[in-house]
Amino acid sequence: MTTLLEARNLTKHFPLRRGLFGSDPGAVRAVDGVSFAIEAGRTLGVVGESGCGKSTTAKLVLKLEEPTAGEIRFEGRSLQSLDAAGLRQYRRSVQAVFQDPFASLNPRMRVGAIIAEPLVTNERIDKAKASERVATLLDMVGLPARSADLFPHEFSGGQRQRIAIARSLALSPKLVVLDEPVSALDVSIRAQILNLLVDLQRDLGLAYLFIAHDLAAVAHMSHSIAVMYLGQLVEYGPAKTVATDPRHPYTQALFSAALPSHPDETRDEIILTGEVPSPVNPPSGCRFHPRCPHVLPRCAPDVPPLRPAHGREVACHLFESAS
Amino acid sequence: MSRALLELDRLSAHYVTGRGTRVVKAVDEVSLTLQKGETLGVVGESGSGKTTLALAILRLLPTAAQIVSGAMRFDGEDLLAKSPAEMRRIRGKRIAMILQDPMASLNPLFTVGDQVGEPLRVHENASRRSARERAGALLKSVKIPAAAQRLREYPHQMSGGMRQRIVGAIAISCEPQLLIADEPTTSLDVTIQAQYLKLLRDIQREHGLALIFITHNLGIVARMCDSVAVMYAGRVIEAGPVRQIFNMPVHPYTRALIESIPRMGGGPERLTAIDGQPPDLAILPAGCSFQARCPRVMDHCREEAPPAFDVAAQHSARCWLARP
Repeated sequence: MTTLLEARNLTKHFPLRRGLFGSDPGAVRAVDGVSFAIEAGRTLGVVGESGCGKSTTAKLVLKLEEPTAGEIRFEGRSLQSLDAAGLRQYRRSVQAVFQDPFASLNPRMRVGAIIAEPLVTNERIDKAKASERVATLLDMVGLPARSADLFPHEFSGGQRQRIAIARSLALSPKLVVLDEPVSALDVSIRAQILNLLVDLQRDLGLAYLFIAHDLAAVAHMSHSIAVMYLGQLVEYGPAKTVATDPRHPYTQALFSAALPSHPDETRDEIILTGEVPSPVNPPSGCRFHPRCPHVLPRCAPDVPPLRPAHGREVACHLFESAS
Repeated sequence: MSRALLELDRLSAHYVTGRGTRVVKAVDEVSLTLQKGETLGVVGESGSGKTTLALAILRLLPTAAQIVSGAMRFDGEDLLAKSPAEMRRIRGKRIAMILQDPMASLNPLFTVGDQVGEPLRVHENASRRSARERAGALLKSVKIPAAAQRLREYPHQMSGGMRQRIVGAIAISCEPQLLIADEPTTSLDVTIQAQYLKLLRDIQREHGLALIFITHNLGIVARMCDSVAVMYAGRVIEAGPVRQIFNMPVHPYTRALIESIPRMGGGPERLTAIDGQPPDLAILPAGCSFQARCPRVMDHCREEAPPAFDVAAQHSARCWLARP
């Protein structure tokens, strides 16, 4: 299997406004030393709660934000080393679908123009070719060709998300960043869109970076899962391993809090106390230690590195000797 | 069996447009029974009428909507016969409600102590001082640390999970018999949601109150509820005990909803999807409203809407397939 995109020690700090007398006010450490890899044609799911840095990670991959430190390598080449043409090529290869299809489509443009826009800006393409391509894309996402002449308001939420997916596929990307692609949709529509994404991956060999807070959906869609807490990875490995047998105390709490799909499905509920601390001033050592039910004396001073244990990587002192 | 706490008998609430040309049957012939201390889940997609149903129970419908027929009894009393003043004495006192967005249901200009104490002052004529004391105790009971200090603070100083706890404290302040929670955890993170659901369960056990959970999430129903009513296009299309419904759903819509939830540990495979989308309530077809999306549709479904058939004890379904 070939690695399509690799993040090495990826870090993004957002500096806070300088205080009076120029004291250093610190920074929001949104993403702090995160490394992962996305294989060609596979899905990496990223889970975590608000403020864990998953959306910032998506923005870094989309090059909507520049990393403070660390690098992203795409097809073996570091993005920092790319020239203008190389960057253009990268931006075509990596596309995105966002959460809210009511906000991500321009209400004044016809659907055909929305889907063709990436083609028009990136390629010299004549009108006839473009509309031919739009018809193919609409067909791929299961919408009738006449949709091209309509406006976004004439479509339901699920259909709009199909339009957003069609637009993301216009430039035949290799990686699509899916940031909460089904959370704004009705329950009966979610399965349709998840199925469509699985079909497109199989037919087009797409890789996905799938970000969602619905753990079951991520477990269902992903080949591997990365669990984030306060800007860092706490557990990373094959989806089935992480979802069915989580080892990091935070992952265990997170997955035990996921809602059951059947009333007889009872898990040991691990109810965490307190809330996620501020990423401006994260706890020392292991960032999870103030809420951790298994906290050890050394968790406060020492940062646990991500290391292999039980068929995945875990950042926790409990698994020091497991490897 | 003792008298039911809440009984709806073929309740219908319709929205009528200005000229009376379009009628939206948001709640149509809904019958439900809720016993004391029991938890009922009302599930449905947006536009299925579940929030209108909650507002109808509290008689808080917007002016465009009206309860057009049916009956509604709460603890043996006819809610539809109550005057507005009598309803005001019931709301917040005997039936309380928790809304989806805690930021929108708290007033940013008043302290938390004022807002938690307000129902006590209104319904129980508590003095300013005793309201404040009891508000402090309520904050403790919803597990808010440093309650005395929090009483003096404003909603914006708290996180989403804490605000939703405060809304919960307001709801239980007058010890209601029935609590209606409309998507109470939609805006919360997973672990905070788990905290909140556990809190609601503890409160329920402690005070023996009945709970109506309005949600689109079958997972919440699976975790929290004793019985469930599935709504589609304004009607309860299937209702019954939770285990019974999950194990033996009769209506094709219920079955598809249950099968469309991704399961933990399942790999990337296809989910059962429901084709098409929910119908427009203003232009419902004749017959069953699910016919256009139903995998097992028959000719009869297009002609006549199915009545509620009894499938088993307390389990009913509005589907011709369930006809005995």
